[in-house]
Amino acid sequence: MPRMSIDDLKKIREDGKRTLTMRSGHARAKVTIHMGTCGISAGAREIMSALLKEIERMNMSDVIVTTSGCAGLCSREPMATVEVAGHSPVKYADLKSDAIVRILREHVAGGRIVTDYALASGCETTG
Amino acid sequence: MAFRTNVLVCAGTGCVSGNSFETATALEREIFRKGLAQEVQIIRTGCQGFCAEGPIVIVQPDGIFYCGVKAKDAPFLVEEHLVKGRPVRKLMYTPPAEKSPIPALKEIPFFAKQKLVVLRNRGVIDPEKIDDYIAVDGYTGLEKALGMTPEQIISEIKRSGLRGRGGGGFPAGVKWETCRHAAHHRGVEPVVVCNADEGDPGAFMDRSIIESDPHSVLEGMIIGARAIGAKEGFVYIRHEYPIARQRLLKAIEQARDYGLLGKDILDSGMDFDIEIVQGAGAFVCGESTALMASLEGNVGEPRAKYIHTVEYGYKNRPTNLNNVETWANVPLIINRGSHWFSEMGTGNVSDNPWNGSSGTKVFSMVGKINNTGLIEVPMGITLREIIFDIGGGIPGGRKFKAVQTGGPSGGCLPESHLDMPVDFDSLTEAGSMMGSGGMIVMDDQTCMVDVARYFISFLTEESCGKCTPCREGLRTSLETLERITQGKGVPEDLDLLQEIADVMQDCCLCALGTSASNPVLSTLRYFRDEYDAHIHLRQCPGGVCKDLIEYMIDSEKCDGCHACTRVCSSQAISGEVKKPHVLDKTRCLKCGACIEACKHEAIRKVPRSHAA
Repeated sequence: MPRMSIDDLKKIREDGKRTLTMRSGHARAKVTIHMGTCGISAGAREIMSALLKEIERMNMSDVIVTTSGCAGLCSREPMATVEVAGHSPVKYADLKSDAIVRILREHVAGGRIVTDYALASGCETTG
Repeated sequence: MAFRTNVLVCAGTGCVSGNSFETATALEREIFRKGLAQEVQIIRTGCQGFCAEGPIVIVQPDGIFYCGVKAKDAPFLVEEHLVKGRPVRKLMYTPPAEKSPIPALKEIPFFAKQKLVVLRNRGVIDPEKIDDYIAVDGYTGLEKALGMTPEQIISEIKRSGLRGRGGGGFPAGVKWETCRHAAHHRGVEPVVVCNADEGDPGAFMDRSIIESDPHSVLEGMIIGARAIGAKEGFVYIRHEYPIARQRLLKAIEQARDYGLLGKDILDSGMDFDIEIVQGAGAFVCGESTALMASLEGNVGEPRAKYIHTVEYGYKNRPTNLNNVETWANVPLIINRGSHWFSEMGTGNVSDNPWNGSSGTKVFSMVGKINNTGLIEVPMGITLREIIFDIGGGIPGGRKFKAVQTGGPSGGCLPESHLDMPVDFDSLTEAGSMMGSGGMIVMDDQTCMVDVARYFISFLTEESCGKCTPCREGLRTSLETLERITQGKGVPEDLDLLQEIADVMQDCCLCALGTSASNPVLSTLRYFRDEYDAHIHLRQCPGGVCKDLIEYMIDSEKCDGCHACTRVCSSQAISGEVKKPHVLDKTRCLKCGACIEACKHEAIRKVPRSHAA
């Protein structure tokens, strides 16, 4: 490995930022893809791949992607929930790969909810 | 494609001894099998601190904490959590008194009340990857320091109030300044040393810092070298820390590769390199002058302290020695500023570092405590919060008796001191000391006289023997304490112990000797009644001293299940199955195996009947 200059270190820092942000669990935005048996059989894993590829392509370092189990509305899978810091979470349903890419670009990066796929905003109340 | 999930497997020595390497390999195999290798990455990190519950696995960014994860759990964990998104309840942490697990890391009380500064990277970075360290702003402190003058660096460290974390509590900035001046005045090049000898029984703070984040120590030393004007540095690490030494060696090689150690660091013109030297099992070599003697290749014996090592140390050169934790604090202080550091902790240190205890302290909590492990808390937190909120209290519903802080140089503090703030000066006033951060918690089944005896016996073995007060004082103290624990003590023994302690405090050559009296003096101060019980009544209230207790089977509770008979190695228990058993005192070795095996609490320790 060659000697580093201060700029080289800066580059390593930038490159590592996404990974280390994700590892600490903090981020500006979080996208949860609902898995569970229903989600997976409806194609949630393809949605996941498409999302991750797009994040990489857009070089976004402040978004974390996580999974959770079935959201409950099995007939509308694949579903995803987008949480942006300071805003209500938004649930999206009936997703395909192109839809999740659009949601990433317009909602997560652009700040506008994609009403075509949006199901609801807010959370369920828990007992 | 970017990894969407990182699975962080603890690879500190504690979890490694619980086979965490096998867990990590099993997880990797499963991830590969399930086709997740592009999405999920397994990282082996440093010690997570919750050592009693290892092997620890944390899934981020989900923030889920798993404990006791074995290799055989890997398939289920990967299938359920990583494929289907359903965190696995049976692997989560359930607090002792509760029924439901707590999934999230930051909600578990053990973690919630800590403030990670030195340990901020534990469990987040792979300690064997320098790029991970750089990505979390590693070496930015060094970059900044290279743009500061040595005097400016020293001034920042002084203003932060950073005091030595190895036990001395001496202001680091003042030490650096004195060393720099001595080097300049004498015209001799100084040297910086990191004390990684960590000899206190039960202490593993420094080991964990090095295992989790070795670069933080290196960065601190490079900054220190710039401030002092040193070109050479040593890390003196004890022989008993192989994993830590390996990680440190790897870190040094990586730093050299990147030009962060060696000639012309980051094009600044500064030269500095570090060599690792291994100890050979001597507690006394943690003492600064003995350490330097050992570093020179001589026998580890201390010498008189009126010669200051900052002026005449290693090979008679001005030498700046600091503890691992002290060095690890330096990069952050430079990076975030002295004000950020001095705001944490107690007192007001910006004008005078002796005026308080700033920053945080890493403690290792061991003994009779539920959450055994490694913690970092702000100075000024109370003992009660540490032991009960973070530590989870005493296991088995037993009662707290004392907490020993500061290792063999420290003292025992009783219940009345639980609300005392933990900082350098409060602990010293109470008759103990901060020491390097070991905290041994004791319950009502501990004998305080035996505790004093244990520490004195440890010190007796470790004494280098050079000065008479230490060598002979310890030997006689040990004999005396042993007699007391055997029920052969006399009242005059307590006067003798006090006298020896006083003389040792004044006359020993090094701190091993001068602080050796602390365990005896503090137990005499707070637990005098136990000494009296041993001497006058020939009883051991804690039920520990073997010559003063005997084992007895309660025939009303015993149902003859034979569990004890099976584990008794001296065949001291006899009886027919389903009938109450009988214990033969003459054969009983008091090893305790029967008490552990008995499910009916039918076997008890009772005061020995001396008539028999």
